[in-house]
Formats: sequence, structure tokens, C-alpha cells
Amino acid sequence: MNKRILSINKIREVDILNKEIKCIIWDLDNTLWDGVLLENDDISLKPGIVEIIRELDTRGILHSIASKNSFDYAIRKLEEFGISEYFLFPEINWDLKSISISNIQKSLNIGMDSILFIDDQIFERDEVKYAHPDITCMDALEYESLLNNSRLQHKYITRDAQRRRLMYMEDKQRREDEERFNGAPENFLASLDMTFVISEAQEEDLIRAIELTERTHQLNTTGYTYGYDELNNYRTSDDHKLLVCELTDRYGSYGKIGLALLEIKESALHLKLLLMSCRVMSRGVGTILLSYIMQMAKSQNKILLADFKKTDRNKVMYVTYKFANFKEVSTNEEGITVLENDLSMVQKFPHYVNVEIK
Amino acid sequence: MDNKEKVRMFIEDNLIRYDEETIFSDEDNIFSMGFVNSLFAMKLLNYIESEFSITVDSDELELSNFSSVNNIISFLNKKAGTANNS
Repeated sequence: MNKRILSINKIREVDILNKEIKCIIWDLDNTLWDGVLLENDDISLKPGIVEIIRELDTRGILHSIASKNSFDYAIRKLEEFGISEYFLFPEINWDLKSISISNIQKSLNIGMDSILFIDDQIFERDEVKYAHPDITCMDALEYESLLNNSRLQHKYITRDAQRRRLMYMEDKQRREDEERFNGAPENFLASLDMTFVISEAQEEDLIRAIELTERTHQLNTTGYTYGYDELNNYRTSDDHKLLVCELTDRYGSYGKIGLALLEIKESALHLKLLLMSCRVMSRGVGTILLSYIMQMAKSQNKILLADFKKTDRNKVMYVTYKFANFKEVSTNEEGITVLENDLSMVQKFPHYVNVEIK
Repeated sequence: MDNKEKVRMFIEDNLIRYDEETIFSDEDNIFSMGFVNSLFAMKLLNYIESEFSITVDSDELELSNFSSVNNIISFLNKKAGTANNS
């Protein structure tokens, strides 16, 4: 029995050790800088640490802080060093670090297994590891090894990944404004000044497209993943269309957040994949993409078919298809349902989004 | 408040209407009055399931069951096995 538990833990450990790290949470005293801030104002950053943080930032890796310190004092010091902008949702207070880290994790909405916590005190690392067994902890002494750590060398570094920190900051501002907004939700949406661009995928979009198929679970009609060459073939083939979508608003760009793969047949368009990042769910743009595809099929006098493969998380896409008037035609032994739309009812685009087709 | 009023109020509060001034009747097709996105669809479904303590099965997830206030009410009645209107 014990042996079995041990081996399950082993497997889990190995799984975690292969996961990409998306965020590093730093302690401050004797970790980010040498010395204790509240005892000695004349402290200096660890040698080379700014370059490491900047380099990781360009790789799309986020940074945050969990430090037992005076918030104002510590932030002022980080501003003095010119690096405060790199740290998202810093937790600088006297709480347990496990609590601070929970808060950061919730704000970033990423898994505990993709977080690295760096602290010079073994007591802090143990407290955090005990509360969050999936997190990875590192002694501050090892910081110089970060750039060569394989979990910090991501397979894909897209333009969107490089903008990740900015996107979080824009999102934070959006959320705060949304909470403060008094009035009908459509008025808030209208105030965002959104532009939704639908275009045929270019070669430089493919890495992001692959990433979207791998990372999007909720708003994904099939959960299929594709390789680079496969997608590139679809992109260039005459009987397929690969569409990507980008959403911008007055705060900035959400990046490329949607993808659709269409097979062009004699009398039908066949939607093999439709996905949308859940970050934009409340903006209603998935339905705009679907409406656009429905209009396209209708103008070509074709019917529209769509594949749906049920997973434990994508019910919302089934509901989306059904509420867009798709009807089930068949389900094969692999669990792929084909739905059909006679296009008798196609929704207009909502007035609060400016839709551009490129 | 009867069921019809409850459902209409939910839709009025949550549907993004093409024209803000629109007042819709129980007969009106809500899909032509407003923009039904995934979020609204899920909210409506969750609302109906929790408010009326029912489960909507996939084969009941037809547009015709949800396209107007009246259609939702008759669907609810059918679910409850009662023909009389509330």
C-alpha cells in the first residue's frame, strides 16, 4: 500500500518536473537583493539578477513577489532599482507565504505546478511546499542557473507570449474598470471600443495556432491538436481555410485568441475546429466568428457542417452550436458528432464590436 | 412572480439587445432581438436548470425550446409533465 502511494507520488513528481514554468515568485530580502530592507536601506541587488529577470520576461515568463516586508517601502525600493514593472500582483505583507502564493496563483489563473518559488529561507520553502505540493521551490543561492533551466526554456515563444505581462496588466485595468462601471453590460462592452479581426492564417501565426489548440480546453469544439506541418498544409491547401482572430480594445490587444479550421467541400463547408481563448468569453466574439462562417457558407449556397467531440470541459461549445441552430446528424464510434446547420437563421454582428475581415 | 415573468426578467437583464429601446413580447424570437453569445446561452441554461430544478438533456437542447419566453415556458411545462399554463 505504502509502496503504491510512493510510486504515484513519484509519477506526479516526474510530471511536474517536465512542466513549463510560467511564473517565478521571488522573495526579496537576501533573495532578490542582498540584505534586509527594514534593517538597512543601503541594499544592493544580487549581481546579474536584473538581466536574468529581463531575459526571462522576453521569453514570456512572468515574475511576482511573495515577501514579508513593508509594502510601500519595498515597492519604493523596486522603483528605485527601476524593476517594479516586472512584478505582477506582488504580495508584500506579513501573511504566510503559502497564502500570498495562493493569491498570486488565483490572479494569474495558472496551475501551481507551473510556478517556481525562490527564497533563501528553508523554513519558507518548506511552509510553501507543504501547503502547495505541486509548486517547485528553489534556494536563492541557485538563481544564476535560471536561464539554463529547461523548464524555463519554452517550446514556443510567440509574439503573444512576449506580450504576456503587458496583457495581464491591461486585463487588470479592464477588470477594475468593469467592476466600477455602472450601467447595462452592453454599454460597458460598447465603451471598450473593440475591434475583432478575422483573417486567413499566415505562416507566422502557426506557432500561436498550435499553442491555442494545446491550451484551450473550455471553448474548443474538438480538442484536436495539430503539428506545424499539418497546419501549414491546411493553410496553403485549396480545400481548407484556416482562420485566426485577434481582438483589440482601448486597453490594448488580447493577441490572437481564436482559431477555426474549415474544410471546403462541393456542397458544404465543414467546420473541423472552432476555438476561442476563455479570456474573451465575456466579449461574445466566438459567436461573431461562428456567425461570419455561417454567412460565408450561406453566400456560397452551401450548408455548414461542424464536428464536435465532447470532453469533460467543453459543454459550452456544444451549447453554442445548438443555440446557433445546429442539429445533430451522426456520431461515429470515436465519439465525434457531426452537426448540420441549414442557415435559416444567421445572427447579425453585435453593434458593440467593429468586425474587420482581412 | 410567475414563471413567465421570472424568465422574461432574466432575459431582459442578460441579453445584449441590438436596440436598447427594444421591448420584446413573450412571442418574440430572442435570437433576432439580441445577440446570443456563448456566455448568454450558458447563463440562460444554468438559470433555467437551477431556478426550476431541472436538467436539460442534450437532445432537449434545441433552439426551438429556448427561442422565446413562451417557448421556454412550454418547455418547462413539458418537463414538469403539466399541460396547464402558469
